[in-house]
Formats: sequence, C-alpha cells, structure tokens
Amino acid sequence: MAAELGPRAMFVAGGTDLFPKLKRRQFEVDSLIGLDFLPRAIRNGSDECVIDAGVTLAHASHDPHLNERFSGYAEAAGHVSSPPLRNAGTIGGNLCVDTRCNYYDMTYEWRKAAGFCLKKDGDICLVAPSSPRCWAVSSSDTAPMAIALGGVVTLVGASGERELPVTALYRDDGDRYMAKQPDEVVTGLRLRRSPNTRSAYVKLRRRGSIDFPIAGAAVAVELDGDRVESCRIVLSAVASYPLEAKAAEEFLKGRRLQEDVIREAAEIASRPAKPLDNADLSHFWRKRMVRVVVEQALARASDQQPGLDG
Amino acid sequence: MYANAVFTLSNKDVNQLHREALRDVERVVLTLDVNGEARQLLVPSHKTLLEVLREDMQLTGTKHGCELGECGTCTVLIDGKPQLSCLLLPIQLQGRAITTIEGMANGSDLHPLQVAFAELGAAQCGYCTPGILLAARSLLEENPRPARDEIREALAGNLCRCTGYTKILQAVELAADRLR
Repeated sequence: MAAELGPRAMFVAGGTDLFPKLKRRQFEVDSLIGLDFLPRAIRNGSDECVIDAGVTLAHASHDPHLNERFSGYAEAAGHVSSPPLRNAGTIGGNLCVDTRCNYYDMTYEWRKAAGFCLKKDGDICLVAPSSPRCWAVSSSDTAPMAIALGGVVTLVGASGERELPVTALYRDDGDRYMAKQPDEVVTGLRLRRSPNTRSAYVKLRRRGSIDFPIAGAAVAVELDGDRVESCRIVLSAVASYPLEAKAAEEFLKGRRLQEDVIREAAEIASRPAKPLDNADLSHFWRKRMVRVVVEQALARASDQQPGLDG
Repeated sequence: MYANAVFTLSNKDVNQLHREALRDVERVVLTLDVNGEARQLLVPSHKTLLEVLREDMQLTGTKHGCELGECGTCTVLIDGKPQLSCLLLPIQLQGRAITTIEGMANGSDLHPLQVAFAELGAAQCGYCTPGILLAARSLLEENPRPARDEIREALAGNLCRCTGYTKILQAVELAADRLR
C-alpha cells in the first residue's frame, strides 16, 4: 500500500512524533497508514529478547524481564518524553523518530519568516550555511541503546522481509537519516546479551520530565571476571545518527572498570562528539557534558550486581 | 428564497458543513466508547480526538492546550492509561474505552480525587486540572499507595503554570489515603 501511494503517504504507529509535525507542516501527506494491526508482544528468551515494534515505550520500560536483563534498554525507553506520550509512542516509532533542529522544529509561519531550511522547503542549512548537508540531530533514546546491545531490526516492505543491524539503519545525514526504504516498516527488534552483559543509559535534557535528549550515553559492557571483555558506547543527540565511540571501546578492552579508567574512557568517548548550535542549550556545554554522561553510564554499568544481571 | 438561504447559512453547524463540503473533507462514521457510552458519530477523518470530544460531543472538560503533546492538559484515559487526545485520531480508537473528566464523577458524587483537589485548593486557574485528575486516577488504580516520587513521575507529563505542584501532590496523597 505504501509502495503504491508513494511519498504522499506515511506510516503512523503512536503518532507522538508524526502528528505535531503534520500540524507544523513539517510533514505534508495525503494519506496515513495506521500500524495498529501489528502485534504488540515482548518475547523473552534467556539471552535474547524479541520486541514487536508496536510495543509501547511504557510497556517496554515496565517489562520485568527487560528491566532485569536489558536494563539499559528499559531505562532508555523509560526516559523518552513524558508518561502519557510513552503510553502511545512505540519502540519502532522511537527507532525511526525524526531528526531534530532548532530551525526545523518550528511552526510553518516561523520557518517561513526565518527562511526555510534544507530539511523542509528550503535549499540551505541554516545552522551551517556553507555546508551542502543537513545537520539535524538524531534524537532517539532507544536507538543508541539498541545499537550498544547489538540490536537487529526486522523490516517488512513491498519486496519482502529482511533483517538489519540497528547500526545500519541510520545515515550521517540529518535530512535522509534512515537507510531503510520508504515503503519498509520496522516490525521488530531483537536484542542479545551474554550472562555477563551490563548496560546503562544516561540522558541529559533541560526538563527531566519531558524533553528530547541534548546528549546521552548508552553503554553495554561485557565482563570477563572484573575486566572488560568488550564494550559498546553509543552517544545520542550529538550527531545526525547515533554515534559510536569506537576509540573508547578499544581503550576499555582488558581493563578494570575503576574510577580513573572510567574517567579516561569518558574523555576519549567525548572526542568524536561535535554538537552544533541547533538543539537546546549551548553546544559548548553539551560537548563538555558528553564526557559526564558517558562517565555516569559506565559507572552505573560497573555498579550493577552480577546476580541481578547474570 | 434568498432570505431563506441567508437564514440557513447563518446557522453555525450548517455553515461549517458547507465549508467542509467545499473543501471536500472526507468523513467517517465511527463508534466511540466514551465514558462507558457507545456514541456513533459522523466526523471528518482528520479531526483529533480532542476536537471530536470538544466540538462534536460537547465534552469541553478536556482542555485544548499546546496541541503538540507537551502540556498534558488534553489528557484522557484510553483503556485506563493516560494519553494525549491532541495526538490521537478517533479512527484508531474504535473498540477502546475512552474516559474523559466528565466520566470521573459517579452521578453527583465526585471522585475522591476531585474532592481532595477541591478541599486542598489544588487548582488555581484549573486549566491543567482535568488532565492531572485523570493521570492521578490511572496511577491510583495501578498503585494504591504511591510514594511522592511515584506521583511526581506519573504527573510528569502534565504542566501547571499557575503555581507549584505541592498542593496537587498532597491532594493525590489524601485521595489515596481515603481510597484505601
């Protein structure tokens, strides 16, 4: 159906991102295709969990199995927006949430007065006018955590079904930020862990009760005894896609998660983050705070008791 | 004849119908379960639940705020859980139980939360109150003994711009005590 209708149709699940954007004419479509018919279950295995894309963020954040075994993911889902929006918003929707920018997330009249931007109706980026690309910020909380936990999404479209690592779902482009085909729907997310995996998510935002992230750190650490066997650190809201801090991951391998090691790893992890002046609060401060959120997330992951997560 | 036409067009509802007909608005017949009553409606398919409640069902207790999902004043309960009616399409809600503030009292008996809010003065201008009452009701149905932080968390999506939240939190605690 989506393939037939083309770009004048969009999918709607929870609608918490889509409807405000339709009202502000950031999206202009003739048809909406409701995804309410998709299943909404969480299937738990001991080291694997398959979450249907229609599961609400509230459901995922309260699920006892996710909280016990994929605690970082449950935390990330529980930090999206506010409680009534989590009751409507879905985990598939949060993976596909539109990128954000101070020059784009405005009413039509505001954007018309300021001059339209590259992402909608215009031809230049108002944040970096000399740049040929859009710098809108990836603002999903669950996507970095899904990447840290090695998540794989199932996509269903007109040409069939396929699986894709979550990390391959995004592109470094604020405008065309998703690598999936427009007629493809995310129908499920599979997370995997070993018994020694610890995960945590720390989010920075202006109001703790509602806002999108302005910086965030998702970490998943696999321990061998008290040493790090492998680790993934993924940053939210500092680039147009969830940014993996690979140098810090390498640095942590084989080391103990002690205070000084964590501090140094956080410093390394913050280097690739280059936030621009297009989200809430000052981008210099956001850059400095990346180190802090990574440090907090690593400390939280290292504090988790083996019995709890093992 | 001409006078008749003027008279007909001066009728607000008919006038609106004419405008919508001119814009070729697609309408749908829906059955919504609102406050335990099944209601059949003919509404434009693009209207939000908030607009249908207020404009087509005259249930104006649900307030119209930011329209963008930030303020929480349009909160209603969908199958007992708070959601924002400004971001819901009625076409997606057939067969689901919708509760608005009008469905909170039992006849002339106010819900204990409403009584506690009135007694403690937990409302100033009152615009956020319907949404807060419904979010609090959903919390107490799930968790009859919420801690202060749990109440804060449950009401995190409902903004009050008049005053602080202390009296609101106290009123929810008082109602929780009385409901036990």
